[in-house]
Amino acid sequence: MSDFIQQALQLNPQGQPWLAELKRLGASRWAESTLPTRKTEAWKYTRLRPLETGNYLAHPRPVRTGDPIAEHYQIAGLNSLQLGFVAGQYQAALSTSQWPEGLTLVRFSEATAEQAKLIASHIDSLTERGKHLFAALNACWLEEGVFLHLAVHAEIAQPIQLVWLTTRQDAGFSTAQRLLVLAEPGAQATLVEHFASDTAEQNSFTNGISEIVLQAGARLTYYRLNLEEEHALHIGGAHFGLAEGAVLNAFCLAMGSSLKRLDLVVHHLGESAHCDLNGVYLARRDQHVDIHSCIEHAVPRCTTEEIFRGIVGDSAQAVFNGRIHIHAQAQKTSARLSNKNLLTSADAEVDTKPELEIYANDVQCAHGATVAQLDEQLLYYFLSRGISRREAEVMLSFGFINELLACLAHPAIGDYLRPLLASHFADDPQLARHIA
Amino acid sequence: MSLLLSIKNLHAEVQGKEILKGLNLEVNPGEVHAIMGPNGSGKSTLGHVLAGRDGYEPTKGKVKFLGEDLFEMSTEERARNGLFLAFQYPVEIPGVSNMEFLKASVDAVRDARGLPVLDSVAFLKLAREACKAVNLDQNFLKRGVNEGFSGGEKKRNELMQMMLLEPTLAILDETDSGLDIDALQVIASGVNGMRSSERSFILVTHYQRLLDYIEPDFVHVLARGRIVKSGDKNLALELEARGYGWLESAA
Repeated sequence: MSDFIQQALQLNPQGQPWLAELKRLGASRWAESTLPTRKTEAWKYTRLRPLETGNYLAHPRPVRTGDPIAEHYQIAGLNSLQLGFVAGQYQAALSTSQWPEGLTLVRFSEATAEQAKLIASHIDSLTERGKHLFAALNACWLEEGVFLHLAVHAEIAQPIQLVWLTTRQDAGFSTAQRLLVLAEPGAQATLVEHFASDTAEQNSFTNGISEIVLQAGARLTYYRLNLEEEHALHIGGAHFGLAEGAVLNAFCLAMGSSLKRLDLVVHHLGESAHCDLNGVYLARRDQHVDIHSCIEHAVPRCTTEEIFRGIVGDSAQAVFNGRIHIHAQAQKTSARLSNKNLLTSADAEVDTKPELEIYANDVQCAHGATVAQLDEQLLYYFLSRGISRREAEVMLSFGFINELLACLAHPAIGDYLRPLLASHFADDPQLARHIA
Repeated sequence: MSLLLSIKNLHAEVQGKEILKGLNLEVNPGEVHAIMGPNGSGKSTLGHVLAGRDGYEPTKGKVKFLGEDLFEMSTEERARNGLFLAFQYPVEIPGVSNMEFLKASVDAVRDARGLPVLDSVAFLKLAREACKAVNLDQNFLKRGVNEGFSGGEKKRNELMQMMLLEPTLAILDETDSGLDIDALQVIASGVNGMRSSERSFILVTHYQRLLDYIEPDFVHVLARGRIVKSGDKNLALELEARGYGWLESAA
């Protein structure tokens, strides 16, 4: 057992007694694991060295509430219901106290016996036991979590925003965040998982695992925004299960950091389910970002539309692996995947791999991946209108992802992200003044 | 009054192939010059060489714009100094709205001229007026630059940019091609409305038709990389009647 595996095991907080079995299972799976190497296919391009060599294996210190951190998560115009955590610790000051009818949002530590039973029966049902190494670690570290329950046919119009913040502490620390969503048949809601930090140089490792169960006909619009400062390490993912006729509309944004890895997994479990999975990843300086998406078509007549775009600059590295697995019985599947990458520097690297695995014979599938530089012909058009080359590059790069932002179901989120992302392309704010 | 544009013995090549082979042209302030000629004669190349497109390399000759060496200016400097090229095939730029693009462009040009930057309210008003002048719906301001525009809409969008940038020299590269009569009239009235004693135009066109609506001061025939004949508007009518063959053989 490697030192890191061993030491991580010892960071085993007191969890809820009714989740002891899950924690024990997670711990044993983690203990039996070896850390991935270059030869581990799912981790071929992502090294764990920053995690192993940094000093992150410690509990966070208690967080003082009331810090002026609202600016790091408030999305103007979204008018969201909120539940906020800092360094894994619940913050009443960041949270809404009243929930509309049909919505239950409860921390594991506050769950009633009935809720605990529901949680225990669904948790870890989608993380494919043993397959996701860091989901096992998340279970092992499980202390607190959030349970979001939507009652049958509940329609929650107001977006629900989960804020997972970190702030710099005196010493490095780790947190495990866990979300379980159970949308009962016909329920509808919008959920924003917002990972952010203050602007100080971070010294934390976050392991954030979300499991989202959509029962028959449930509809969820889901945003996962990974906007942490670039020294924050994050390995996590979202695992979705779609029952018959369920509809998922998901958007994921990942900014690069010393180490960022997200696994986005969709299981089509009931017929005629549909998923739109779109996302954007951005990396610059010496950042790293890795998106592994996997769509499991296990039943007939489900549809998937997946679009990811990435921009990589300086000496950063991005990894995109888009797997679509169509099981033998999943006839009449329609699945499309597009991944486009823009490299803005000669030292930038992207490793993209669309991966179609089809065992059914009556399906429609398409996939494509491109890696390109800024189009000189388009740049010329800008220059011929008097716009400087540097500003043209910023505007054109931004336009490449702005197409996806423009399609978001909640324009307030696009409006929130635009200036944040624009500043990513331009150290000089003047260069971004026409896009933000 | 000094020359606005003076081209002397201009040679230029694209991908190693010489396209312009000793072209001479002088444009005074306020003049409208039409350049006609058969396919492949170098009309579009001339526009791009003047605008400063990468890969369109002048190899010999001199071009002075407002008394300065044009080839000493970068592409964006030429635009800021008042040179405008309306593209024959305007590119689509998804994700960048027409409004953002126009504002960036107008800000850059105004800034170079020492004019204050327009605030967004004032600019929006100007842009809306320009839309109206070229008969484009205001929704086109919000859409991606040229994204999904029809051929005619793209040309009108080029004209709208020209109106907002108020160039000293506007080169219209086959802006009339592919347009129906209504669109042609919109373009013509836009250009005519902008004619002034300080502003000059070079209209690159295949057909005499545009010149029914925009009356040129001079008509030139470009063939095999040089101007082989110049005249007044009657030359265009003669070309319409006789074609280019009789001039090409002379070149």
